[in-house]
This record gives sequence, C-alpha cells and structure tokens, in this order.
Amino acid sequence: MSGNTQKLKNYLKRYWTLYLLLVVPIVYFLVFRYIPMTYIQIAFKKYSIVQSPWEMPWAGNHGFEYFIKAFANRDFIFALRNTILLNLLDLVIGFPAPIILALLLNELTFAKFKRVTQTVAYMPHFLSWIIISGMALQLFAPSTGLLNIMLNHMGVESIPFLNDPKHWVATYILLGVWQSVGWNSIIYLAALTGINPELYEAASIDGAGRFKKMWHVTLPGLRSTIIVLLIMNLGRILGSEFDRPYALRNALVDNVSNVISTFVYTNGIRGLQFSLTTAVGLFQSVVCVIFLIGANSLAKKFGERGIW
Amino acid sequence: MIKSKSTKLGDWIIAFICFLVILVCLLPLVNIAARSLSASEALIKGEVTLWPKGFNISAYKLVFNDSKYVWSLGWTAILTFICTVVSMVMTTICAYPLTYDKLKGRKAINTLIIFTMYFNAGAIPNYLLMKDLDLINKPLVLIIPSCLSVFNMIIMRSFLYGIPDSLRESAEIDGAGPIRTLVSIYLPLSTSVIATLSLFYAVGRWNGFSDALIYMGNRKYYPIQLLLYNIINNINNIEVSAQEGFANPGLSDGIKAATVMFATVPILLVYPWLQRYFITGVTIGAVKG
Repeated sequence: MSGNTQKLKNYLKRYWTLYLLLVVPIVYFLVFRYIPMTYIQIAFKKYSIVQSPWEMPWAGNHGFEYFIKAFANRDFIFALRNTILLNLLDLVIGFPAPIILALLLNELTFAKFKRVTQTVAYMPHFLSWIIISGMALQLFAPSTGLLNIMLNHMGVESIPFLNDPKHWVATYILLGVWQSVGWNSIIYLAALTGINPELYEAASIDGAGRFKKMWHVTLPGLRSTIIVLLIMNLGRILGSEFDRPYALRNALVDNVSNVISTFVYTNGIRGLQFSLTTAVGLFQSVVCVIFLIGANSLAKKFGERGIW
Repeated sequence: MIKSKSTKLGDWIIAFICFLVILVCLLPLVNIAARSLSASEALIKGEVTLWPKGFNISAYKLVFNDSKYVWSLGWTAILTFICTVVSMVMTTICAYPLTYDKLKGRKAINTLIIFTMYFNAGAIPNYLLMKDLDLINKPLVLIIPSCLSVFNMIIMRSFLYGIPDSLRESAEIDGAGPIRTLVSIYLPLSTSVIATLSLFYAVGRWNGFSDALIYMGNRKYYPIQLLLYNIINNINNIEVSAQEGFANPGLSDGIKAATVMFATVPILLVYPWLQRYFITGVTIGAVKG
C-alpha cells in the first residue's frame, strides 16, 4: 500500500505540470461546451427570462410541446426540407468534384503548372462567404454582371442566378464547389502519393491506358479516403452551415434558402422563441449523431476502418 | 514504356482543363477588382468585365476616408492577432500533455474533448450561456468562445506525437521537466505545424462572421466581415434588417466592390507566403482525423 502511494507521489512529482497545463483547456471545454448542454433542457421547458433552466416549468405534452410545435411550423418544415435538399445536392455534386480534380492533377504531367493550378485552386477556401457573396452579387447581377454580359453577348437572355429559387439553388451549389473543390482535393492528393508506383507500371505492361489505370489503380487507392469522407458528409446531411446560406440568401428566394441554422437564428436569437429553437437545434444534433453512427457502422460492414 | 500519340494529346487536354480551373478560380476576383476601379456610369451600363472602364480610384478614396472602414480593418487585425496567439497557446497546452502515453486519465480527457466534436449543444444554448456570462457585446466574446478548435488540437497532437520519444527521454534524463521539454525541444521542432495552425486560426477569425452577428451588437467592435455584410446588403441597422430584409437603396456597386477588395486583399497578401505550410497540416489532419 505505502509502495503504491510512493509511486503515485513520484508520478505526480514528475508530471503534475502536465495536469497544470491541461487545467485551462479542460475548464474551457466544461464551460463553453458542456455547460451549454445543460441549457438543452429549455427545449422541454417553458422559457422564462427570470429563471434558471433548472427552475423553468415543464412544457406541455410531457415536455415535448415545442417539438410538436416545430413540426407543425411551416417555416421549420421548409427549413428542414431545404437543409436536406441542399446537403444532398452538395453530396451528389460537391463530393465527387474534388476527387475528379485530384485525378486530373494526378494525370497532369507538367510539374510547375500543376503547382500553379493547386495554389490557385486552394485560394477560394480562404475567402469568407461574406466576401464570396459580395463578389457573387456583382458577378451574377441581372444586367450588369460579368456572366450575364457574356450571355447577352452570345445572344442568350440573362439568367436570374440569385433571384429565382431554382437558379439560386444551382448557384448556391456551384459556389460551394468553387469555394471548396481545391481545398478538399488536398486529402485525395495526399492519399495518391501513397499508391505504389509499381502498380501503374504493372498496369502499363498489361496494356492499360490512362482510364483503365485510373479506374483499376488510382480509384482503389483512394477507396478508404473516399469512404471516410463520405461517412463524415453523411453525418452532416442534416447539419447546416450558417454563413453560406445566410450570406447568399435574399427575399426572393426565402422558400429555398432558409435552412435550419438560419431558422434558429431568425426565430431564436432575433425572434426570442428560445424553447422552440432549442428543440429544433437538439433535433438536428441528435439526428446528426444518429446518421454519423449509422454511416460509420455501414462502412465497417463493408470492411473499412471507419472514423472510430 | 510506350507513349502513343493519343496519350500526348490527353496530356494537353488535361492541362487545358486545369487551365480552365485556374480561370474559373481567378476571374471572379479579377472582375471585382476591375469593378472597384471603374466609373459608376460604366458599371450601371454593364460595360465592365475584366478590365476597369473609366479607371479611377474614387471608390477606394471614399473607403479609406471613412473612419468606419479603417477602424474596422485595424480592429479586425488586432483581434485576429490576439485570437491567433490565444488559440495557439490553448492548442499547445491542450495537445502536448495528451501526447504522454503514461499520463493517467488521458483517455478520459480525450473522450471529453472529442465528444464535443460530434455533439454540440446548439446555437441557442451557446447564446444563452454568453448572456449568463455577461459576454454579449463585449470584445471578449469574439475571442474566448472560439479560442480552441478540437480539429486543430488533433492536428497538433498528431504532429507532436510524431516527435521521437528518445528526445523527450534524453531531456528528462538531463533533468528537464515536461514544460521545459516542451519549450526547448518540442516547440522548435514544430514550426511548420505552428505556422499551419496559426494560419487556420487567423483566417478563421478574419473571416469569422456568425459569432459577431449573434453576439456583437456594439458597432464599435464590428469585425470586418460583419461590416462588409451590412454594406453589401445595404443594412444600416442590423436589428431591423434581420426581419425586414434588404430594402433601402445602398451604396453604389463600385464602392461595394472596393469594400469587398478591402476585406480580401489582406488574405491574398498572406496566402502565398503561408501556402507552403498548410499542406502539411491538412495531410496530418487527414491521416488522423
């Protein structure tokens, strides 16, 4: 027994400074990440500004009043639909785009030009959505924007890129690709360097052309990276960015641009319906976690490593 | 190896596609720069494409003479600097102890931290916490709540973990404690990851918008993105605008273009300089992530 205490003493004497370093980050996580979790109970209670969340009275319907209200709220249903729709489109169009770019860059034989392409393609990632929306509003302007000037020049009528719901969705998705395609290709390019060059040589000897090699060597080499990223993206199918839709939206496209995060902002922080919007946020978080767990175990079923 | 003619043609086609990618990435920037330097009549007539028409710098003069912009730019620069320093200190003191295999409770602490990556309380609970902590409208609200990113911490941890244990052990034999080892051995070997993560934090703060929108009502402390948002959308009073949408006629396109450039140029200036570092960071994150 005393030997153990002695051991512990020596251990602490040696490493106590490490715990000292960890105190601040742990307090940070407890205060800014875990204490907010205790506020989640507001979703099940009638919000009152003078009481702490613990003292607030329970909401009706066994506490689920606000969840029921949310699903009866037309704006929320729209926001839910838009969130899923925009995320699915992001997944279908935005997910393969960096893979294709990485394949292209991998095939590019001019080394210097490759580096220039990469440098330029990563750049939009560093621009905020506010900046991008500022550029987009002018670039896509109905009669004075670059794109419509070009279209008019070619005899095509102006396209209301940002002012009509359908076009807005397409523009939103393509701007997302524009902003992230280069950056997201980095991971794939890194995975490509791990592919054994002998595989390419062997394929060449077998008479495989560029596309055969891409299909039989490069893509299998990217398989596990693709699956891990796909899991993370599936986990986010109900997650919603805020800056992107908030910066790009306008009054004409409200019925497609309003997503869960903007719904929470307008109705919660501006509209002060705290119980309702906390319920919505909780619903979103829980569904995200469920999707993530589901996608992860699916990946494991297919013999992949998954993310945990 | 056999190189047929068609492969060579293929190379050129791929190079051409990459060239198009470059154009698509750059043209919006060229366009906005051209617009910021053009006469407003030319903008209204739809004559400006990639080159300024009726070249003048009056939009920039206006922007630089307005103390609101200059103040916001300076304030955001200071804020970015402070946030980057605070975040790097936090990231280091969080990541470094977790690289010690022998540290008791390491697993529990790890779980406590990683959990927050997958489950967030949500915007409203976070907002109510800021209210209860009396941080709303205070400059600190733009610094503290976002000062530690779990993702960046994992990158840092993986990097530090890659430094050979033998270095640590020899330092310990020489009588150096953990902090001494960190400062004199680990940090000097970590310049690339420090540069990468500093870049991530700095860009994150410079581009940060939603926390300012939600927590910062004091116009004096508006960071550049919030100011820019209000200008682009012709908003003078953000509280009203959130409900009303964008109604009142605002500034001309030329001035808006100049303000967009105003917020973009600092990023473009540091970007090539730090570019060589961040690839390392992203790939470390990808391996461990």
